[in-house]
Amino acid sequence: MNRTEKHQREPLIHITRRADIPLAKAWLIRLAAIVSALIVCSLLIVAITNYNPIEVFVKMAEGSLGSPRKLMFLLQELSMLLCISVAVTPAFKMKFWNLGAEGQVLVGGLASAACMFYAKDSIPNALLIFLMLAAGIASGMIWALIPAVFKSVWGTNESLFTLMMNYVAMQLVAFFIMVWVPNGSNVMGIINMNSQNGWLPDLFGQKYLINIIIVFILTVVMFIYLKYSKQGYEISVVGGSQNTARYIGIDVKKVIIRTMLISGAICGLAGFLLVSGTNHTISKELAGGMGFTAIMVSWLAKFNPLLMIVTSFLIVFLQRGAGEIATAFRLNTSVADIITGIIIFFIIGCEFFINYKINFRTSKERREAKQ
Amino acid sequence: MKKLICAVLAFVLLLALVACGEAAPQDDKKVQSIDEVEKTVASAVKKVSKEEVKIGLICLHDENSTYDNNFIQALKDAQAELGLSNDQVLIKTGINEDDACLKAAQEFVDAGCNIIFADSFGHETYMIQAAKEFPDVQFCHATGTKAQISGVPNYHTAFADIYEGRFLAGVAAGMKLQEMIDSGKITADKAVIGYIGAFDYAEVVSGMTSFFLGARYICNDATMKVTYTNSWFDIAKEKEAALNLINSGCVLISQHADSEGAPKACEEKGVPNVAYNISTISMGPNTAIISSKINWTPYFKMIINAALEGGTIPTDFCGTMKDGYVELTELNTAVAAEGTQAKLDEVKAKLISGELEVYDTKTFTVNGQELTTYKADIVDNGDFVPDSEAVKNGVFTESSDRSAPYFDIKYIDGISE
Repeated sequence: MNRTEKHQREPLIHITRRADIPLAKAWLIRLAAIVSALIVCSLLIVAITNYNPIEVFVKMAEGSLGSPRKLMFLLQELSMLLCISVAVTPAFKMKFWNLGAEGQVLVGGLASAACMFYAKDSIPNALLIFLMLAAGIASGMIWALIPAVFKSVWGTNESLFTLMMNYVAMQLVAFFIMVWVPNGSNVMGIINMNSQNGWLPDLFGQKYLINIIIVFILTVVMFIYLKYSKQGYEISVVGGSQNTARYIGIDVKKVIIRTMLISGAICGLAGFLLVSGTNHTISKELAGGMGFTAIMVSWLAKFNPLLMIVTSFLIVFLQRGAGEIATAFRLNTSVADIITGIIIFFIIGCEFFINYKINFRTSKERREAKQ
Repeated sequence: MKKLICAVLAFVLLLALVACGEAAPQDDKKVQSIDEVEKTVASAVKKVSKEEVKIGLICLHDENSTYDNNFIQALKDAQAELGLSNDQVLIKTGINEDDACLKAAQEFVDAGCNIIFADSFGHETYMIQAAKEFPDVQFCHATGTKAQISGVPNYHTAFADIYEGRFLAGVAAGMKLQEMIDSGKITADKAVIGYIGAFDYAEVVSGMTSFFLGARYICNDATMKVTYTNSWFDIAKEKEAALNLINSGCVLISQHADSEGAPKACEEKGVPNVAYNISTISMGPNTAIISSKINWTPYFKMIINAALEGGTIPTDFCGTMKDGYVELTELNTAVAAEGTQAKLDEVKAKLISGELEVYDTKTFTVNGQELTTYKADIVDNGDFVPDSEAVKNGVFTESSDRSAPYFDIKYIDGISE
């Protein structure tokens, strides 16, 4: 008796999955999230700094878009984050949790830097760049292949494996810098500073333009690959259910290894672009956490490479804006980070409300519960 | 298709191997000493009005790093003394030692800065690149080694005779050790100092050696144990390193790493600590003795005034203790041994007058031998070949031929890892 009574009692709130949500409503929820995030940030800014929040937000936008040079910086940082996000996407779509993008980028960069360091100006620039590209991509692939083989053959946990590979990559970088710069604070400095050998050339006078173009082409190609190619379809099937994949005759092992090789290759490419087209050096901070941020970018865009342009823009816009307000208002960078953190929190949080519906107990049910 | 890819990859690898094999052709250029190289001549600073002057500071970390905080506070002090507004003194923190530094410099130029200053060793090559791009803007860099040979007239480096400050801090440490021995708290053979270094290169090695010489100037039985964190700022690692040293028997700790990790670990364990860059008395009221630091305010004032008056900024500048560039922070009398302040004043006067030399080769030995000659890598052209004689008239002449330290002997007798 008692038991059935309890059974009847509905909770005050229960959550159901939304079958479908009109596009307009989804965007309305997102807009509401951003607005409420800005309100919370404003309250925080007033509470801890006493500045006018509108001024702060304007400065933030200026920091990202305020001048042609700043716009170029934004696009360059965006393209790097986008490149790594595109790299992790096929693996994530396959439900292979590749947390090792950071390490794959690092070894790619390390291999490129090694070519640059050893070749110096002994070979022509074009050949050296080609070598660096090949070495970078090959190293990224190797770094991704190792956990992929372990996963597909012995079923090891890929998240832990790829994560640990990051640390190995970091130590490798530290080791090689120590070999190349025996007396120093583990800083390489610009490689081939005078000859500029192995540096990607400027395009139309813009240092980062080649990087940006390569990444945008890559993004479109990845979109087509995932959406329209047979291999892209195989990735979705393996991600959906490995048993289904096996049942319809997909070689799951092969797909896992192939997809990780693609993932690693693009990470290696990112490493190359960071060394040859951006920093002209190698350091442990080369990937700067982008290997992890990329996961968020990819996920927020629901693994759609074209949407990732939007999500990576959002992240980079906030990061650059945060740096700007730290300088303009003499805030500690942590304050700026808190602001970006709040905004990202709201944006991720709103996806919950888009995917799920919250049902409150109706009054009728409440009456029944009382009886 | 697969075969083609394999073939291409194999070819590439082969090429890479060939390229690596051919690499680094050893040219027979004679190694030039610092006296023989052609030195950069600084360009005249473009004169601007007080309203137009604008300085940008690029920091590796933020105020939480004692090292960066020392620059930030010094610049703010200079700003206050010269009466500049916040819009004229821009600070960017958390700038990595890569393209980010170049970008920060470019943004500062766009914002109208006439002078740009970067504070970390690894910023150097990017600052030189920026200096080449903007010849009308002055670029200054702390701890850099290349200004004298860069040939870039608007690029400058600066440092100070901090080894003298370290020596004084060592004197305070030595007083404390001697007090422990005299009071019977420890026996003379237990007077072991623990030292946490960030990286094992000249700046750190010079700092620890001068500190140790200062301690031994007072307490002849002192020895020192060194450990490295391989990072400028890592609270957890520095704390762990301090605890390890304390557990292995070190009775006093000092560090050249920039977080609060070590001072707080010392406070926890009740072990005296001598710090660097800022006073750590607030972090360890019961254990912090004193800190040595470079006072950057006069340098900032000098470079800003150069822009106001249209002078030149020295290519490579080394601030002295006499001119107030090297300082000790407030002495924590609750922890320090009795009579420390008087001793510090006495030794400081001797250092300034030249009566006492920190690196007097008669006061230390290397592998049991007195140091009569030592070639240091003062010309930093990337070859890592020692090029210039540093021992002159019985003294290792630290920071006289180049502001950035070059005493990199690991180690003099008494110091071990």
